[in-house]
Amino acid sequence: MTGAEAIPGSPSVLDPPYDYPGYNSTRLRAPKMGLRPMPPGSADKGGPVFGDGLVVAEDHDLTLGHTGEPVGQRIIVTGRLSDSAGRPVRRQLVEIWQANAAGRYRHDMDRHPAPLDPNFTGVGRCLTDDDGHYRFVTVQPGAYPWKNHYNAWRPAHIHFSVFGTSFVDRLITQMYFPGDPLLALDPIYQSIGDRRAAELLVAKFDMATTVESWALGYVFDIVVGGAGPTPADS
Amino acid sequence: MRPSASSSPCLRTPSQTAGPFVSLGTEWLTDAGMVSESDPSAIIVFGSVVDGDERPVTDAMLEFWQTGAAGASLAGSPQSCSGLARALCGPDGGYRVVTAKPAALPGPAGQLQAPHIDVSIFARGLLQRLVTRIYFSDEEANEADPVLVGLEGPDLRNRLVAQRSNADDLGSAKGAPRYHFDVHLQGDRETVFFGPW
Repeated sequence: MTGAEAIPGSPSVLDPPYDYPGYNSTRLRAPKMGLRPMPPGSADKGGPVFGDGLVVAEDHDLTLGHTGEPVGQRIIVTGRLSDSAGRPVRRQLVEIWQANAAGRYRHDMDRHPAPLDPNFTGVGRCLTDDDGHYRFVTVQPGAYPWKNHYNAWRPAHIHFSVFGTSFVDRLITQMYFPGDPLLALDPIYQSIGDRRAAELLVAKFDMATTVESWALGYVFDIVVGGAGPTPADS
Repeated sequence: MRPSASSSPCLRTPSQTAGPFVSLGTEWLTDAGMVSESDPSAIIVFGSVVDGDERPVTDAMLEFWQTGAAGASLAGSPQSCSGLARALCGPDGGYRVVTAKPAALPGPAGQLQAPHIDVSIFARGLLQRLVTRIYFSDEEANEADPVLVGLEGPDLRNRLVAQRSNADDLGSAKGAPRYHFDVHLQGDRETVFFGPW
């Protein structure tokens, strides 16, 4: 799977297609009629506005809120949310959710027989600052098996949900960790045909973000915007 | 590497599926709807999401997007978000959301667009969100709406029109108008989806 290829029914060559046989759940869920052109006006509808009281400072730290500390490698995940021209997306909502260090989600439908952690829910959120930056404190999620095919394992990942400044910017994606051998075997990650685009989902280990004697640091920048190149400001 | 404002646009971050546990991270915002059910502008949109076998999709998350359309009632309090109402499907694939009915809007070409809500759908098995639109069955403006008129035939058009429902809703004591809108991801009644964006 190398190089960018236009996939019919895909919103853009940089995004995965709806119908991707390697990922079984697409079979009955991918639309078959083909997409209609985006209605005029929908694309530029502005993003939601989130009240300052909706998200509190503690929401960015997934290791808080319980009687003890969660098990696992403590990590900091930080980055910048921008549009494709590099302009910051300011004061917008970033939401994350993830499995615990053992690879188990705190969710009724997760049947993986790995332990739940009484000190970890795996949900965080924050608003970006005026330069588009966000920051989370959490623990390294574990890989976990799933039923897609025999001996299938999801690489460790954190789900990210972000808003930009308009409807086209809305994005839910997953952040992965560098050097993970499961990436090459994961149909969800591999569904992105363009290697350069796929690599954008792999966070960079960063010593400048790492805090001595406390937590490893990763940087994950997110760029939102429509499929077409944005004309440069000039 | 930091994105910087330069003449070469940055590559956009690709999408990945929200996965089966999307409710874990997103449920908190389903209570922060843009209007309360007792607000005079409130409406209730309800329905189901089904897959190509007509089986309920129990792990979908829907977002109803309508920034500023209904005026003052959308002004957010510090504890709320404005412009967005979020709903999760239950074990039967059903969803229910309280939102505001928007006004008719002029489109970019000056043509009047009938009242509508742009909707995003996220779920396991959707590597990208799906985008559709909800129109309302009690709006005469639908007849001249450029998007609806552009679809071939009434059957396709009706797939985007939420039907005003007169059935009782035990959860709707205030009598907010109710509209029924089902999403068919696939099949003979596949919903009309839009893209790319």
